[in-house]
Amino acid sequence: MKIIVAIKQVPERDAQIRIDAAGKWIEESGLQYALNESDAYALEEALQLKEKHGGEVVVLTAGPERVGPTIREALAKGADRAIHIDCADLNKLDALGVARLLAAAVKPENPDLVLTGLQSDDLGQGQTGVILAELLSLPHSTLILHVDKTDAGLTVKRELEEGWFQTIELPAPAVLTIQSGGNKLRYATLMGIKRAKTKEVRVVTAAELAVDAAPVVVLERVALPQKQKSTQMLTGSPKEAAAALVEKLKFEARVL
Amino acid sequence: MSGILVVIEERDGHVSRASWEAIAAGQKLATLAGQPMNAVVLGAKTEQSAAEVASKALAKVVRIEHPLLAAYTADGFTLALQQFFAAEKPDYVVFPHTYQVRDYTPKLATRLGQALIGDVTAIADGPVFTRQLMQGRLNGSYRPTGSGPCFVSVQAGAFRADEAQSGSAQITVFTPAIELAQIRTRPSERFRGAAQTVDLGAAQRIVGVGRGIKDAANLPLVQELATALGAELGASRPICDFGWLAMERQIGSSGQTIAPKLYIALGISGAIQHLVGIKGSQCVVAINKDPDAPIFEAADYGIVGDLMEVVPALTEAVKAAQ
Repeated sequence: MKIIVAIKQVPERDAQIRIDAAGKWIEESGLQYALNESDAYALEEALQLKEKHGGEVVVLTAGPERVGPTIREALAKGADRAIHIDCADLNKLDALGVARLLAAAVKPENPDLVLTGLQSDDLGQGQTGVILAELLSLPHSTLILHVDKTDAGLTVKRELEEGWFQTIELPAPAVLTIQSGGNKLRYATLMGIKRAKTKEVRVVTAAELAVDAAPVVVLERVALPQKQKSTQMLTGSPKEAAAALVEKLKFEARVL
Repeated sequence: MSGILVVIEERDGHVSRASWEAIAAGQKLATLAGQPMNAVVLGAKTEQSAAEVASKALAKVVRIEHPLLAAYTADGFTLALQQFFAAEKPDYVVFPHTYQVRDYTPKLATRLGQALIGDVTAIADGPVFTRQLMQGRLNGSYRPTGSGPCFVSVQAGAFRADEAQSGSAQITVFTPAIELAQIRTRPSERFRGAAQTVDLGAAQRIVGVGRGIKDAANLPLVQELATALGAELGASRPICDFGWLAMERQIGSSGQTIAPKLYIALGISGAIQHLVGIKGSQCVVAINKDPDAPIFEAADYGIVGDLMEVVPALTEAVKAAQ
């Protein structure tokens, strides 16, 4: 089974986010980055499928030079090789433009399965996998917690809202977007980290892929959300704040 | 047709709450754009839902009916709407931002060379659409620049269902051409996960715990507070993903929806998926080390601080007050 996992490097969860001078994006200098969480689950699902059925896991990502460590992390966890679409201005593209780049890199690989996380922790659009499927003319399913390979193709467990689930059968090749929590994530071993240094990372430029990535949706401005609710902040030492809170809950909100 | 088109979603044979909110959003857009508004209902039997929608201020409600639309599939819904758009050419298409919509609208938009502006929280003149970035820490303003229909999905709770204006719409039927072979996925009936033994929906007091707890070894601190309050323990998604608490304790769009008198969120940043699940809470308290965490926006009372210090202090204060 040849599996391509599309991953994204995103600002670390606890990173202090600042808006850039133009007010059109975030200030990237000094930011710490990490592998997008649901993409880590997509990688884990791919590695487990490979362990069961054999084959190859290829990670694919688009981004500037700084995505290097994230690619190495995926290789250290067990991916066999990587394709890096070198793209300095990823944030100027829309979801369709990014997916067009990814699709152009996936096509010549002819994978049996394409996995990606259900959404990115930065933009949170949750569209890349679905668009990719359409561009590659493949069937897809989203919010997948578990993948079984069958003789006819794939059987997957899909999460629905409010604690419901559904099983979906679909032919392979297919594109699946993976929900977090389906597996336990592995850590890279020392041996894995060592091996990753010699694994192939093929760099292609966005220009080489020759796709039309002109946006049809433009992010014009980013801003801090306006406070709409007046939240009473209780200050002081933990003990003082806790006492003040209990007082408020008892006599003001009357919920204690 | 041109104008604004709202795509209605059914839940158990009736129009879903999120769809009424999408109608309210569509009416806002129709006013800004000065255009008429229509709605479609998709399925094998849509009479009931169409009749419900026709009670709103819409020019037309179209029943897109086909036996192969009985169960939702991305292929079936995409084909049906693609054919309908080709015939009616809407300028804007508005959806509720549900799991189902997330599953097929990016595909539909791609087929028409467009991109969905998803999970929209506000619509302003332009039109310019606001959606959240960075887990709710920032807002982004998006403008469509494409030539085809503009696809928008609206976040649950961002528009008020009861603001959808009443009226009386004409109902018509559209029959798409779909063949079984074009539908590549075979969905099963939906089923529940493990038996639900915790009904957070009925709990009057809930203590919710998130990533800020750092380690499963710290959970007893939270349990002690819950016990002192006589509260149920709930969690944000990551805590259940890590296996620290059972999935049935998850609060949010993929877990349980709660409506307690008191909800205390500990170390929960406040991603929208969690916030939609706690909207019905009467009083929300947030305790978090990050003063900019979006959870504070949803809270009545807040404490910025270290859970390891604030939670034991709060447990003591609750005990002392009893």
